[in-house]
Amino acid sequence: MGKTNDSEVEERPKWDNKTEYMLTCIGFAVGVGNVWRFPYLCQIYGGGAFLIPYLIALVFEGLPLLYLEMAIGQRLRMGSIGVWNSISPLLGGVGIASMIVSFLVSIFYNTLLAWVMWYFFHSFQNPLPWSQCPLNDNLTGYNEECVKSTPANYFWYRETLNITPDIDNSGSLHWWLVICLASAWCVVYICFIRGIQSIGKAVYVTTTFPYLVLTIFLIRALTLPGATDGLVYLFTPDWEILKNPQVWLDAATQIFFSLSVAFGGLIAFSSYNEERNNCERDAVLVGVINSATSLYASISIFSILGFKANSAYNSCNEENILILTNHFEFSDQNITVENYDHWFKYLNRSYPGEVAGLDLKHCDLQTFLDQSASGTGLAFIVLSEAVVAMPGSQIWAILFFTMLFSLGLSSMFGNLEGALTPVNDLNLFPKWIPNELVTAIICLISFSTALIFTLGSGNYWFEIFNGYVGSVPLLIVALFEIIGIIYVYGMKKFSEDIYFMTGRKPNIFWKACWMVISPLMLLVVLVAYVVVQAQKRPSYPTWNPDYELFPKFEVKQYPDWVFAIIILLSLLPVISIPLVALYKLISCRMKKSSARALHSPYCNDGFQVEQEERKNRRA
Amino acid sequence: MEAMMFLLVCVSSAAAQLCAPDSPHSYKVRLSIKTALGDDARDVPFQAMLAFAMRTAGDGQNYNVSNILVCDETPRVSFWFVVTSPLDQTLVDRGQVEEAVRKSRNRINSAFLLTDKTLEFLGIPPTLASPVPPDTPPWLIVFGVVMGAVGAGIVLLLVTSVLQKRRKKKKDQTGIEDDEEEPRVKENGAASDGVYNRSFSDDERLTQM
Repeated sequence: MGKTNDSEVEERPKWDNKTEYMLTCIGFAVGVGNVWRFPYLCQIYGGGAFLIPYLIALVFEGLPLLYLEMAIGQRLRMGSIGVWNSISPLLGGVGIASMIVSFLVSIFYNTLLAWVMWYFFHSFQNPLPWSQCPLNDNLTGYNEECVKSTPANYFWYRETLNITPDIDNSGSLHWWLVICLASAWCVVYICFIRGIQSIGKAVYVTTTFPYLVLTIFLIRALTLPGATDGLVYLFTPDWEILKNPQVWLDAATQIFFSLSVAFGGLIAFSSYNEERNNCERDAVLVGVINSATSLYASISIFSILGFKANSAYNSCNEENILILTNHFEFSDQNITVENYDHWFKYLNRSYPGEVAGLDLKHCDLQTFLDQSASGTGLAFIVLSEAVVAMPGSQIWAILFFTMLFSLGLSSMFGNLEGALTPVNDLNLFPKWIPNELVTAIICLISFSTALIFTLGSGNYWFEIFNGYVGSVPLLIVALFEIIGIIYVYGMKKFSEDIYFMTGRKPNIFWKACWMVISPLMLLVVLVAYVVVQAQKRPSYPTWNPDYELFPKFEVKQYPDWVFAIIILLSLLPVISIPLVALYKLISCRMKKSSARALHSPYCNDGFQVEQEERKNRRA
Repeated sequence: MEAMMFLLVCVSSAAAQLCAPDSPHSYKVRLSIKTALGDDARDVPFQAMLAFAMRTAGDGQNYNVSNILVCDETPRVSFWFVVTSPLDQTLVDRGQVEEAVRKSRNRINSAFLLTDKTLEFLGIPPTLASPVPPDTPPWLIVFGVVMGAVGAGIVLLLVTSVLQKRRKKKKDQTGIEDDEEEPRVKENGAASDGVYNRSFSDDERLTQM
């Protein structure tokens, strides 16, 4: 990071221009969650009505937190650990908690990129491998597991993950996933080689490309039949849903996790800014663009899903037509999609017994639209099925997976930066090791740890990390952040800092949010989240071909050892906060008692700590 | 003469009896004509093809068109057929017919310009064409290309940064002599000309004494 020789003042790397900084922050905030979590929430929480709690949460919780982080990083010009040590030595643990969370999240997040790469590599085939079932052994029919579920499900669960029936069976390392993971980490490394110089160049592509693809998909989907059904379904508001507190909780958590605060990444990125930079405008821009992207993505996604539901509805009808035609020996194509209802009524009246025995499916467009999915299920199963139905599916598949890769990569920058900058600030590695090597070592450690996700049970572990690492610890860190900065660092000093940086003091809205509204909201969300989680013994859906109700997921409970690991993962980051506070208290007491003879009237904790700081900075 | 007539009648009635829908030796065929834009003359070519199939598959017996009996046609263009052995006019066993049809399925399909879907033999599942597995799975090829590019990029960037550092070191070593003279020059200036040291002011803020 450019610490050269002693004659120069510490040279912190700088962004080449403001655009790179903004694109990096936006890229960090805009991730795969905007594409596959927000549309799902919109769908299950009554469409347009969900926007109300979402926007309220954005204004009163998201924007203040964003502004806070970017301002403190820009002012104190250090990574998260340095910032917290500056604010108060007792709160140094908050920075360490951020660093641990960032590290854990980057480990599992990159596995996602590995899966996207796998699908990307397979998009260069005709026909697409997830469009049809493979044959069974004696070549008379299709593979049984595939026939019972769908080809897309089979490709995801069997050919990609080769998933085991539950988390106890670990299976073995899958070589194809290992090489995809290695390539994902290599791509991340190549972007990080020169630090923010290379990141700043990479984000020109990774942040803007998804918008281009979303637009292309939107235009294409609107020309396909059924797109408007999807859009109408998405935005039809169900105002009753606002009475359900779960909606408000989900809106608040969604905005919080979507903005990627409390990772330390935003603090790190802002620390490379120049001192006098209007961070208020930056924060508002990043927050608003993030939410606008979520909305735009859900329009695109739901046009595609509407088209898909329409195709499925038509196939369902055509199957029924074929059954009727064959049974009643009508001439081919006498019954069509248009006159199906008329024929069905007539036949049902004339031969009710026969018609009942035919096992016709009830085809309802609403049912197909209701099939909701989020997360990896949405991307790798539902949307890849939709892509197959579009003409020229290879190109759409390539575009789609490249978009997912860009979204994930730009978020990875923030995740890994939140872990790397503190490592460099803490001087964990001796000076003579070049930065490129430090980055390589961190990437290698992360890659080795992430091999757990390439096992047969890897997807189950992924869901554990996804659900527990990136949730409660982040909420706690954010709570400490806002309380630490406003009440320990001081609202007055912070206002002066902002006046120094932007030229005006924060107005009453920001002050009210920081002092009262946001901490309160965060506390309520944290408590509600923990209570909801603790109410039931955590369970997880498994893919078990031997299950009687297959292809439905068999829901199993986590075994005890896994439960212990979950608790460990949730507590590990936050345990550093009290530990560091205790350590600092004890060491200061010891220093006091030993130095009493020399410095008694002047033994001031702040002075002592600050001396260390100066030593560190000059080194 | 009378015996001949009688035999003919017998044969035709026997034929009518032999070919009955759902009989254990008969197969149902279904043609999706409108879907396939097929042709009118279905029966005779069909019987000919099936006779050919039996001949090629079978036990050397010389089947011909008259051995294939068709009945129960419907507007759906489906019908039942049975195969009789040319030697003794008994019905040929199902298994043999099935095997024969399976083997010559492609020929039968192409004779009618139909496909497995539009010409269905109910009860004889088509042998699906197994896809030829390529020597190198295509995804590995794409992977190789991408990894090659990324690897080359990493090596390039590392090499250029090492070269840059070496160049900078050399410049610093020659430039250090110039630097040492500068502060002396500054010290001779007016007392008010100073370099504002920001780090000192920062310390003031943090030291709450």
